[in-house]
Amino acid sequence: MENGTLVKTKGLTKSYPIGGEHFLALKGVDLEINKGDFTGLVGPSGSGKTTLLNILGVLDNPTDGEVEVLGEDVKKIKAVAAARLRSKMLGFIFQTYNLLPVYTVFENVEFPLLILNGWSAAKRKEAVMQALEWVGLTDKVKNRPAQLSGGESQRVAVARAMVKKPQLILADEPTANLDAENSLNILETMQSLNKDLGTTFLFATHDEKVIGFLKRKVTLIDGLIAADEAGAAA
Amino acid sequence: MVLLQLALKNIMGAKLRTWLNIFVLAMSFILIVWGKAIVVGMGDQIIDAMKDVELGYGGQLWHPDYDEEDPLTINDAHGSIPDELVPGIEAGQIVPILMATGNIYPEGKVRSVLIRGISPDQQILDLPSSVLKDRKGVDYPALIGKRMARKNNLAVGDMVTVRWRDTNGVFDAREVEIVHIMNTVVYTVDVGQIWFPLETLQKMLVMPNEATIIALGKDTGIAGDLTGWTYKSLDDLLANVLELLRMKNGGGNIMYGIMFSIALLAIFDTQVLSIFRRKKEIGTLMALGLTRNKVIGLFTLEGSLHGALAFILGGILGFPFFRYFAVKGYAMPIEGDEYGFALGNVIYAKYGADLLIGTTLLLMATVVLVSYLPTRRISKMTPTNALRGR
Repeated sequence: MENGTLVKTKGLTKSYPIGGEHFLALKGVDLEINKGDFTGLVGPSGSGKTTLLNILGVLDNPTDGEVEVLGEDVKKIKAVAAARLRSKMLGFIFQTYNLLPVYTVFENVEFPLLILNGWSAAKRKEAVMQALEWVGLTDKVKNRPAQLSGGESQRVAVARAMVKKPQLILADEPTANLDAENSLNILETMQSLNKDLGTTFLFATHDEKVIGFLKRKVTLIDGLIAADEAGAAA
Repeated sequence: MVLLQLALKNIMGAKLRTWLNIFVLAMSFILIVWGKAIVVGMGDQIIDAMKDVELGYGGQLWHPDYDEEDPLTINDAHGSIPDELVPGIEAGQIVPILMATGNIYPEGKVRSVLIRGISPDQQILDLPSSVLKDRKGVDYPALIGKRMARKNNLAVGDMVTVRWRDTNGVFDAREVEIVHIMNTVVYTVDVGQIWFPLETLQKMLVMPNEATIIALGKDTGIAGDLTGWTYKSLDDLLANVLELLRMKNGGGNIMYGIMFSIALLAIFDTQVLSIFRRKKEIGTLMALGLTRNKVIGLFTLEGSLHGALAFILGGILGFPFFRYFAVKGYAMPIEGDEYGFALGNVIYAKYGADLLIGTTLLLMATVVLVSYLPTRRISKMTPTNALRGR
């Protein structure tokens, strides 16, 4: 993998068994994501955005083709190594936030660091407070997810994804459940993190508001890349 | 540590569901420990009573023809008391007992009885045999138990006809006087039994210096057969009772098993429901970097914590309950001998370390197993399906 390339796929296919048939979700995707990218996978529902994102997040296996994520061959990677890769190098942001309901905001953001081990309590606290400062939620540390608005919950999710300063953040429809104001807020936060920290973001989205923030737009249609072009924010 | 913290927060977060499960499990724990402690207490009480009253603590010597299960052999099962036992007998540490079958005629009715002769000076059996000693003006003093007295409507001072057959096959009969009615929990020395001084019975049966069995005190040093006598250790003598107790205990175990199963079912149900409802959380945990095994560990830990908390709650709630039954005892709803055991009217629960540790380990092991079984579903989940809630 070339220096600066975080993700590289070649001829990536993914099929699912549906009934007695096999549904081909990805039909040979060639893609490279470079360090510092703020890229969106756009396209209509069923075009394969989430499937591609899941494979790049080492949550799913490709059926065929080559996939390298942060130097790891996703086809050959073992479950434990995949979990280690996710915990150390990757961050996830989900459409429905997926915060742990029994944890406070602080504990939710702290959780990825606890999994990593080797972080002292003082270091964890510092990192968590910094991440919450990035998303402007330092006043909500003791709140639980049920006490937060949708926008606040998604900002906690961003802080959780960012706290360990991963190389790549994968965000699946991060604004789909948010109103315009909160969407804008979240996107600005992610954009500034991309600019200030150099964190690479890859979105799956069909939200026009997100598309307006992208540096690069990769359009997927029926499991194939239909266009790979510079985004509005390039 | 992270998993333990998360597991604790998760089960505490489930609030009422968690506490109901823990409460049901704690109640099962308490009832199982209590029930078993009552059985242990009952068993010990029975065995102690039998040793105290009937068997002695050093085993017994039996005439080879004596078969306690066969009354027809009793009249032929008698032999001379070995000379080497005389010092022990005189010291009251060895107790020869002579037996014969006979009849009594209370209120004109005929009843079969086992006539027993015992030395009034014996020291090792907790029988009031001394009441048979030196009864002036009473040629045939007789001792009976309260059940025997009640059944035959006999009281102290009553005269009753006793008929027997001596060693020569000659039938004889005498009016005997009830000099004492003993209160004993051991029904085998009471029901259908009438006790005389050993020498008196030896004369009645024309069996001088003879006995049917010889009960031994703790420190007689006899632990084997003597010429013409077969040694029975305490284990031999208690074998039937222990077997009976084991059977009764087995029956109880079925009840505990059912009770425990209901509590475990609640945990199993909670686990299944939890895994079904928290698929998205499982997917999130995997996405955040937990391996599938760690997620399985987390859910197993959550279920297992129910067991640990139930143990703590059971200990807190159970302690005064356990203590009450250890000190005050459990009053039997019917008289003990209805059970066929030497039971008192009150049974004291006995909590041994093996009972507490055994029950706790059993509880924890089964709770962990029941917590683990539903989590096998997680091993079949892919993170992507879990994230979609499938």
